[in-house]
Amino acid sequence: MTEKKRETPLLDELEKGPWPSFVTEIKKSADKGNASSEDLLGVLERSYREKIGHWKHGGIVGVMGYGGGVIGRYNDLPDDFPGVAHFHTIRVNQPPGWFYTSDAIRKVCDIWEKYGSGLTNFHGSTGDLVLLGCRTEVLEDVFKELTDIGFDLGGSGSDVRTPSCCCGKARCEWACYDSMQVCYDVTMNFQDELHRPAFPYKWKFKFAGCPNDCVASIARSDMAVIGTWRDDIQVDQAAVADYAGSLDIAKDVTRRCPTRCMGWDGSTLSIDNENCVKCMHCINAMPKALSPGKDRGAAILVGGKAPIIGGALLSALFVPFINIDEDVEDLYELCEEMWDIWGEHGKNRERIGEFIQRVGLGNFLEQIGLDPIPEMVIHPRTNPYIFFELDEEEDE
Amino acid sequence: MSAKVEDVADAMFEMVKEYHGKKNLKALDLTKAMIKKFGDDECDKKLCKAAIRSLMDTGRTTYSYVGGSYIVLPPDK
Ligand code: SF4
Ligand code: SF4
Repeated sequence: MTEKKRETPLLDELEKGPWPSFVTEIKKSADKGNASSEDLLGVLERSYREKIGHWKHGGIVGVMGYGGGVIGRYNDLPDDFPGVAHFHTIRVNQPPGWFYTSDAIRKVCDIWEKYGSGLTNFHGSTGDLVLLGCRTEVLEDVFKELTDIGFDLGGSGSDVRTPSCCCGKARCEWACYDSMQVCYDVTMNFQDELHRPAFPYKWKFKFAGCPNDCVASIARSDMAVIGTWRDDIQVDQAAVADYAGSLDIAKDVTRRCPTRCMGWDGSTLSIDNENCVKCMHCINAMPKALSPGKDRGAAILVGGKAPIIGGALLSALFVPFINIDEDVEDLYELCEEMWDIWGEHGKNRERIGEFIQRVGLGNFLEQIGLDPIPEMVIHPRTNPYIFFELDEEEDE
Repeated sequence: MSAKVEDVADAMFEMVKEYHGKKNLKALDLTKAMIKKFGDDECDKKLCKAAIRSLMDTGRTTYSYVGGSYIVLPPDK
């Protein structure tokens, strides 16, 4: 009979649901003889029992020349669990759209089984391929072997975090620009900002090919680049008629249009495109009949973030339309302008969205040289007083 | 610009040494101090970026994360 190595009654509970369990995966790794996975189970069980976390993070840990990509993690019970005394996380810059060959994944896993716990997270919330758990002294070797097979580390700390994007034109007909290419170009252009943290806090880029926003860019990134179009939605009336046999177009499509800019008379679908806000509802409901217009590009939104530290923020529109496939340099310039002012006046750990709220959108726009437009208004004003600047009155 | 990357890197390194154990410095603290020290006609943000990169690539300084990313002396120094 094999000896039972561990007692993990609380962790075992987490294997009982219908879903895949991280506990099962850690046990598999431990069963293969991985000492850090064995101790990881031990310390987790103890944390659940004591209702206390046993991890510390941060400090001086990384690879030569880089300020990001490695998150230092240490255990405060190193004598009891030596296998996880150091358990650093490595963030690896994922390929745009998360496309890998199986050969590439095998090579990454081989490196990680050789040097680390063998445990991975495909993918972290920023998008990186995450390697979980290794000691400080192997970091340079892991880094070298990863770069030898064409990978690089991602961002962490107060830097540009690893940009991420949807699969865009690689698989999706709704893509209004090449989100994977732009994501790659931005990643390469901002290598210094990605690897050498110089900001008040993190900066996330996310690129979505259309307003469906499959990467949740509007809520999860400091700069969201979302595909859109300027002309009319393309309509195939014959295909609309086909849908009419199986879909209640009035109930499920036109009446659900947020601006009520659509009409259906039982035979023809009409759209007042001037009032379409590009929500994608009708296109998603009748994908064979409707598609985005032909004059495609992207909108740039700024200031979104998840709830950590301050509250959650949704991004606000800054640039309603840019031909981003051609004019990505304009995006670089806009970033540089914003980073200058945020870098100069931002508080430590203040995201750009919070900074803009603190200094006021008007002042921020003035500093970065962007003209205000009606689309930037987030909600109707609550203050009835309007102050005109003297020179504006004189200009008029 | 006439200041050299090495000169700015040296001046940054002296500052990191001087503040070691007293105050954590961010990249921007060093950049502002260098522009002040060398003058904005001699030194700009781009030059400071190159100087920080040189400090990191040569291992004279390293990054530390304590609720923010700071530039510090490596532990063995
Ligand atoms: S965001 Fe739009 S373009 Fe990108 S994958 Fe989703 S539906 Fe397709
Ligand atoms: S995309 Fe949205 S706003 Fe535009 S017509 Fe369709 S449902 Fe209406």
